[in-house]
Amino acid sequence: MTLDLDMMMMAIFLPLFGAIAAFILPRAAALVGLVTLALTTGAVIALGLEVRQSGAVVLPLGGWGAPLGIDLRADGLSVAMLALTSAVGFLVSIAALDALKGADQARERQYFWPLWLLLLTGINGVYLSTDIFNLYVMIEVIALAAVGLTVLSATRAAVQAGLEYMYASILGALLFLMGVGFIYLQIGRLDFTGLMGAEPTAALIAAVALMFVGLALKTALFPLHLWLPAAHANATAPASALLSGLVVKAALYIVLRLAQYMPFPSETLLTLVGLMGAGAVIWGGIQALRAERLKLLVAWSTVAQIGLIFVAFARAGEVGLTESWKAAALLILAHGIAKAAMFLAAGRIKDEIGHDVIRDLDRAPVRPTLAQFTFALAAISLIGLPPSLGFIGKWSLMEGALVAGYWHWVAVTMLGTLLSVAYFSRVLSAFLRFDRIRTPVAEHQGWALADAAPLTLALTAIGLGLMAAPILRFIEIGYPFGAAL
Amino acid sequence: MMDAPLLPLFILLTSLLASPILFALPERAAGLRTSINLSMAALKVALVGWLSLKVAQGVIYDLRFEMLPGLEFKLQADPLAILFIALSAVLWLITTVYSVGYLEHGPHRARFFGFFSLCVAATVGIAMSGNLFTFLLFYELLTLATYPLVIHRGDAAALRAGRIYLIYTLAGGLVLLLGTLGLWVLAGTTDFTPGGVLADVAAETPLAAQLLFIVLIGALGVKAALFPFHAWLPIAMVAPAPVSALLHAVAVVKAGAFGIMRVVYEVFGIETAQELGLTAPLAVLAGITIIYGSLKAITQDDIKKRLAYSTVSQVSYITLGVALASPIAAVGALAHLIHQGLMKITMFMAAGNLAEGLGAKRVSQMDSVGRIMPGTMLAFTLAALAMIGLPPLAGFVSKWYLAQGGLDAGQDWVIALLLGSSLLNAIYFLPMLHRAWFRDAASDKAGAPGRPRIGWMLAAPPVTTAVLVLVAGGLANAPFSPLEWTRFIVAIEYQE
Repeated sequence: MTLDLDMMMMAIFLPLFGAIAAFILPRAAALVGLVTLALTTGAVIALGLEVRQSGAVVLPLGGWGAPLGIDLRADGLSVAMLALTSAVGFLVSIAALDALKGADQARERQYFWPLWLLLLTGINGVYLSTDIFNLYVMIEVIALAAVGLTVLSATRAAVQAGLEYMYASILGALLFLMGVGFIYLQIGRLDFTGLMGAEPTAALIAAVALMFVGLALKTALFPLHLWLPAAHANATAPASALLSGLVVKAALYIVLRLAQYMPFPSETLLTLVGLMGAGAVIWGGIQALRAERLKLLVAWSTVAQIGLIFVAFARAGEVGLTESWKAAALLILAHGIAKAAMFLAAGRIKDEIGHDVIRDLDRAPVRPTLAQFTFALAAISLIGLPPSLGFIGKWSLMEGALVAGYWHWVAVTMLGTLLSVAYFSRVLSAFLRFDRIRTPVAEHQGWALADAAPLTLALTAIGLGLMAAPILRFIEIGYPFGAAL
Repeated sequence: MMDAPLLPLFILLTSLLASPILFALPERAAGLRTSINLSMAALKVALVGWLSLKVAQGVIYDLRFEMLPGLEFKLQADPLAILFIALSAVLWLITTVYSVGYLEHGPHRARFFGFFSLCVAATVGIAMSGNLFTFLLFYELLTLATYPLVIHRGDAAALRAGRIYLIYTLAGGLVLLLGTLGLWVLAGTTDFTPGGVLADVAAETPLAAQLLFIVLIGALGVKAALFPFHAWLPIAMVAPAPVSALLHAVAVVKAGAFGIMRVVYEVFGIETAQELGLTAPLAVLAGITIIYGSLKAITQDDIKKRLAYSTVSQVSYITLGVALASPIAAVGALAHLIHQGLMKITMFMAAGNLAEGLGAKRVSQMDSVGRIMPGTMLAFTLAALAMIGLPPLAGFVSKWYLAQGGLDAGQDWVIALLLGSSLLNAIYFLPMLHRAWFRDAASDKAGAPGRPRIGWMLAAPPVTTAVLVLVAGGLANAPFSPLEWTRFIVAIEYQE
């Protein structure tokens, strides 16, 4: 029994110690980072095995237990999110070794690892927390590290975007904290179990709404998305991959947990959430269609995809609710993997070609074929074409909506798919155009080991769709979707 | 003989696994690439032969694994699947030879053959899908695999055409996704079952079933180039000749037509579909497409465009035969699936040879080409006459059964339609033949016409398929001819 308790602690504290070590030993930062990641991944795997064998595990910190003390809890959903974080994090780290190897990137190398490990602490903490104050602490840790990663390249644009991100983040955390405070005043408890039994008074719902707005700001839900495109597009590629692939997922996860444990708000509020999601799908899609630079397009696609996940939340009543939550979980996983792959691939393309202006990509005499291929594979999952995990997520989302008779959300999903086809095909056309360059362009140029990590991620995003049934069975361990509650 | 339950999977893997290998081969490794291509294609033909023997003996193949709770990825090899796989396996082999010759010194061959293999794998997957969910997976894969082939030239025109192709097919795919979901929600299964799975639903909520029919057929109609969703097909003609040949004969339009068959026969069941009152309108729509495509074909001067509109028309014969809801018409429809493939691939390869050897891309440039390239033009002529429906060629057999089916179903207008269509076929094909054989070129631009430079790899394939057109028609009643196999299938679908 002590073993699995340690595993949860290790998933949170190993990265924290790693971050400190990497900060103190800048020359060995990369080594410290990789070792820490390997160890953390090991802890997550051990935890996963434990959960698969004996169901959800709970660790009362300090021996007090809820409601007095703090609990850490790992169920199927938590472990799936931890696994996403470890796997994506590990591959992004490997890609970072190459992306940050330039002679002029010494400072980036020095700060990347401590910040990233600190980020990992926060993210893992979110997935194991069971009370909303702990969640608040963790999202502050995440915000601190994420802003640092945004400004890592220290270009003017990155610093400006980082500042905006910081303001949004602070405001979001503040709103969340106010919500937490109001809830404590109302019911005197902060743990999930306590929340579940609470009477859904107007004041309580207002408090939850405050928390939700805070999280919406952090996860860049339309119309609170303004900070995201610049921040994700201007960060250095591995940082973008972490920000888009993992950081926004933490806030989404909290929304998913709150949806499960919180008293049901009103149909009107849920519809509002769905409308914001629909707005994100459409506005993000339109902006991605207009984006001139590759990374900006990818960032806008994140806005649209997050919107789609919120559409999955906008469901009420018994029918189809579980499907929707599962859909949200699958879409979160799918987007995390595919978007990390896509940002890394976009970074590789930019490195090889020297710019990322979409219109002129075909004028370059180099074709980083493997990176382009990776980009296309990631796009398949993000569009939601079979057999990718994105497809399975979209299928579940539409199934839930159809069963419950929410035709309008089905329509939004389909519209979002068409928009994503339109904006990604702009990029693919640029990859496959050959008539504007005089010198013969051979393919198979730009094969590099650096493409291995993004390619692995993209192939995973596609292949995991075939394993959706076991994944879903695992996620349901410990009944995160309320079947037994 | 040894029994291999995984045989369908192996058949799928011959082309699916070839694809990444072909991608990874360096551009200059042409010899190795060709040998992998040809050996895989030949292996596939052999395996398909084995499989069809087994299926004829009554062996049942059924491979499945769970993708989502209750939803399975399912491969099966029923006689209908065999029909389509056999077509794609044989034509893949022939087209591969042709492609190697056609692209001999062209750029991006690694990419081309990689996607080419993927495209064939998707076709095989479509054929062997045991439920609509699996069908959807391969249907989308087909779209993705053909897109790079369509825009292979990589110039602005190709990319524009590619975008239109992608919009049509992916939008169709999205609607198919909606329909598949609808089926799953309504019926609780997406399995292809002879006799259909929707009889109860149709009895309870006929409106829902009718909507589902419209959604599914509409979605599949995009790839089957059913009017008014056909516009992408003539535009996609920018693709290289072997791609057009494959697209028109086995891959894309046939996937649509095949899907319509599966949906009508094995999702709804022919009786239920008839009771819903939707087969008759579908037959009319197919009739409109047949006439419309032919009329458009007459006005095209570009050879490939004329052939493309001819495909719009000819593929709808299949839909017509399905929608007539008569077993005799069904025989015609299924036989036409094969016959149209053989005829059309011959004509596209011949057209490609004219463009390669003589630079002739327009009908008006076809004067006296028959004397310069007799083999190619003989093949073309044979296929064209078969399309018109001259007995005993393949096209005649299809039309004969369709017409009889029309009478059987009490839809006498079908006779008039088929006669009208044959007349239109003659109007747009005979002038081409006349020019090729009987008109002297107005002026010999190159002086004495030297022998055009096309190798045997370009010359042999269309001749081969032309011979198949002759055989399929002439020996239609022999065992293992497409027609005989079709009767076997119809007996299953009509549960006789």
